[in-house]
Amino acid sequence: MLLIPCPYCGPRPELEFAYGGEAHRPRPADPAALSDEAWAAFLYERANPKGRHRERWRHVHGCGQFFNVLRDTVTDAILAAYPVGAPPQELNAGRERQERGA
Amino acid sequence: MTRPHFSFLSLLRQAFLGEKALAPHWPARPPKPAYDVIIIGGGGHGLATAYYLAALHGVRNVAVLERGWIGGGNTGRNTTIIRSNYLMEESEALYEHAVRLWEDLSQTLNYNVMYSPRGVLMLAHTDHDEHVFKRHVHANRLAGIDNEWLSLAEAKAYCPPLNTGPDLRYPVRGAALQRRGGVARHDAVAWGYARAAAALGVDIIQNCEVTAIRRGADGAVSGVETSRGPIAAKKIGVVAAGHTSVVMAMAGVRMPLESYPLQALVSEPVKPIFPCVVMSNTIHAYISQSDKGELVIGAGTDSYVSYSQRGGIHIITEALAAICELFPIFRRMRMLRSWGGIVDVTPDRSPIIGLTPVPGLFVNCGWGTGGFKATPGSGHVFAHTIATGTPHPIAAPFALSRFREGRFIDEAAAAAVAH
Ligand SMILES: Cc1cc2nc3c(=O)[nH]c(=O)nc-3n(C[C@H](O)[C@H](O)[C@H](O)COP(=O)(O)OP(=O)(O)OC[C@H]3O[C@@H](n4cnc5c(N)ncnc54)[C@H](O)[C@@H]3O)c2cc1C
Ligand SMILES: [Zn+2]
Repeated sequence: MLLIPCPYCGPRPELEFAYGGEAHRPRPADPAALSDEAWAAFLYERANPKGRHRERWRHVHGCGQFFNVLRDTVTDAILAAYPVGAPPQELNAGRERQERGA
Repeated sequence: MTRPHFSFLSLLRQAFLGEKALAPHWPARPPKPAYDVIIIGGGGHGLATAYYLAALHGVRNVAVLERGWIGGGNTGRNTTIIRSNYLMEESEALYEHAVRLWEDLSQTLNYNVMYSPRGVLMLAHTDHDEHVFKRHVHANRLAGIDNEWLSLAEAKAYCPPLNTGPDLRYPVRGAALQRRGGVARHDAVAWGYARAAAALGVDIIQNCEVTAIRRGADGAVSGVETSRGPIAAKKIGVVAAGHTSVVMAMAGVRMPLESYPLQALVSEPVKPIFPCVVMSNTIHAYISQSDKGELVIGAGTDSYVSYSQRGGIHIITEALAAICELFPIFRRMRMLRSWGGIVDVTPDRSPIIGLTPVPGLFVNCGWGTGGFKATPGSGHVFAHTIATGTPHPIAAPFALSRFREGRFIDEAAAAAVAH
């Protein structure tokens, strides 16, 4: 079970949270102008990386807030948690910390 | 190398010889510089594809490239439930095609895959379950696929260990039964296809990880880079299950897939006690008994994308809690092992089989939590697709382009869970 650092409440067990999928996917500004390819890409294609992933979580059984997490999908280690609206976390953020084994 | 033919007499002879004269099932050849077709991924689906390419389409200059050992992915990690009672017509055709191939697969491959149609019982716990399952029964009847509704008493008679009392959190109300459903031996499926394919000239190359897909000036594929050097081919079939997004990214193709951990566990072995396969989608537990005597138990997926091949402990704890409620006689059994696989899930919970935007590149993926049952059918229609360059009629609706066209095969809405 993951221990997820809610930016508002601190570290809590995964059971208190709901996963929200890949983060930083803004809705197209002008949907009517989108081609079918672009719509399909927005709705269905995902990075699904083997490695670092920026993803959305919601603390449903806590403060109720949405926030984003940077997690390594190979080790499941959580490298950063940051509020919605903050710029996308660099994919190599926390790399040093992890390499030091902290 | 001459492949031994397995028969009752040959097995008896081996028994007296102490199995000393058993030849390897397939030769371990190094990769050649070029092939007509490269299959990336030595799971059941990839090996079956190679076998049908060679056996039915005369395409024998084929290599199956596997980064680990064959069957070491989801093929060797699954709970082996086989059934074809899906809701959508396209799925009915695909999974029924597979079940028909399962029926004489041991004879076809001359390898005992231990297909055992002992019946798959799907439990209904709620009003909604009952409606959905009855709808499936009627849809299947129209398609000529067996599936029947059992009352509570009939379900109890079919599976005596089942707790049909009122004391469960979600009491059982009845069940859908597909009598031709069942299980098979997962490793034997990989080995049987590998052995039969190799006998027709296919190279089975293990410990060979594909690290890049090469493309020519025209954009078409020209080969792959691997941990064992470059290999050329004009046709490449990607059959990499949980790693499909990673492999397709090597050709610059983004996929409508997410990879999730899915877990299973087995108990200590006991004498035969459990007559069939039981599935409960609502309380998330799947169970059958292997011929070795172990209870084979499947759990749900984790909620998040991961390639870790291990899931959260709370997921298997919940599955075991459901098993203990459904089958109180198993409460004191000990579990021996648990493990995880990485399953590739599509938005409509149906697989993707067919052509891709890259010429010469074919893909067969998205089987998610339930593709073992489809192994023979999947390989059969994918081999046709690769050999002819046009989708097999059964595979055609499962094209990657369906997401752009909005033609979903929405088993997600139909079942919520698909094993
Ligand atoms: C716990 C669990 C329970 C399941 N239960 C059932 C069930 O009861 N019934 C059912 O029908 N289905 C079930 N499934 C799903 C089923 O296992 C899969 O859908 C099916 O086995 C997929 O077969 P495959 O050959 O496509 O994939 P795999 O067997 O995973 O084969 C893919 C192969 O590709 C290889 N590969 C990946 N990347 C590369 C690369 N770069 N280079 C070379 N090789 C590569 C992998 O090593 C792997 O061996 C279950 C799955 C799991 C994990
Ligand atoms: Zn919180």
